[in-house]
Amino acid sequence: MRALRWLILVAVLGAAAGWWMTRARPLPGDALAALEGDAVRGEAVFLAGGCASCHAAPETTDKRRLSGGQRFASDFGTFVAPNISPDPVQGIGSWTGAQFASALRRGVSPEGRHYYPAFPYTAYARMRDQDVVDLWAFWQTLPASDAESQPHEVGFPFSVRRGVGLWKLLYLNDGWVMQGDLDPTLERGRYLVEALAHCGECHTPRGPLGGLDTARWLQGAPNPSGKGKIPALTPDRLTWDAGEIAYYLETGFTPDYDSAGGHMVAVVENFGQLTAQDRAAVAAYVKALP
Amino acid sequence: MKKTVFTLAAVAAVIGTVAVAQDYSANLKARQGQFRILALNIGILGGMAQGKIAYDAEAAQRAADSMVAVTHIDPGPLWPEGSDNMSIDGTRAMPSIWDENADFLAKWGALGEAAAGMQQVAATGQEALGPAMGKLGGACKACHDKHRAPE
Repeated sequence: MRALRWLILVAVLGAAAGWWMTRARPLPGDALAALEGDAVRGEAVFLAGGCASCHAAPETTDKRRLSGGQRFASDFGTFVAPNISPDPVQGIGSWTGAQFASALRRGVSPEGRHYYPAFPYTAYARMRDQDVVDLWAFWQTLPASDAESQPHEVGFPFSVRRGVGLWKLLYLNDGWVMQGDLDPTLERGRYLVEALAHCGECHTPRGPLGGLDTARWLQGAPNPSGKGKIPALTPDRLTWDAGEIAYYLETGFTPDYDSAGGHMVAVVENFGQLTAQDRAAVAAYVKALP
Repeated sequence: MKKTVFTLAAVAAVIGTVAVAQDYSANLKARQGQFRILALNIGILGGMAQGKIAYDAEAAQRAADSMVAVTHIDPGPLWPEGSDNMSIDGTRAMPSIWDENADFLAKWGALGEAAAGMQQVAATGQEALGPAMGKLGGACKACHDKHRAPE
């Protein structure tokens, strides 16, 4: 009888600890309050971050109206990108800057729910404060859309959002994958690849729980949404020189003048609008991969 | 009697299989060859645009003319229904080419326009190549984005 009471106590404590451990952890409301956003700089963050590549309407040429609706198939269900335009009702126009930062870096909604990691906050967790604030300033210049967000098509048990809290304990951290002393170019490249452009989301294979296998960083992966595979970027497999990589990111042309396809088209559209230095930095990072 | 029925069924099955698995290898060679011709000529123009190859107005013009010639090839015979990557091996052509054929043909037409744009400026100087290359790249990507499967 006494043993049973202890058992119940331990179970309750364990459940409480689990509940506590898997809670949503937003940033403090005043975390970025001291910083002033610059919308012009925020546009470069927007392009490098590829926000529109997933959140613009399917097959639109309007890459500024983030009305959502693109579908992303995965082993866990199909995720539908929501409306994140500045519309105050259907979009995120009523958010505060801190709520925006919590979504990006912690994967937490203003209501304190976990987002699914189809939203690449595991990469954005590495974003600099100033870039978050600049991006939010740029956001205010975007057109609104009153399109209603569609629900994700995710079955049990993945439909239990609390489970994402457990997942985050395993996979959400703001450390860098590429370690060591980096020169400024490589450091910029690492920031672009690992934080903003979230290249690893497609180019790195995932483990059984859907977390990135960083031991096989950018070594290529199956295509989650169908036939074919996402190519490796490591120097043993990608033999282009740095200039060729930068030119590819600018124009979409490979060294033998094949052209980009699939989701890389959107990436190239964005990177073509960034500076030549940024493209060169990404190329330097890719060439420095183990 | 039983044996005859079985034989007939077997023969029918074989004929059926032959009818389904048509040989599209000539079509694949033709359309992949056409893209290869395009890539070789874009390579000449892109090399000049990047300064990797010395600019030569005549060579640039010939490259652009060749590309325009390829874009005049009627796509119909090259893209028979059933020659998509879900039905046969050796191609990355997605079923959307046939499911949304008007879109596919519009994108092929857009490539023709981009090539014609290059044809007009190719001989006018090295600095004219970059912007025209950008339009060509855009036309390639637009179609590959939608209608070509990854490797």
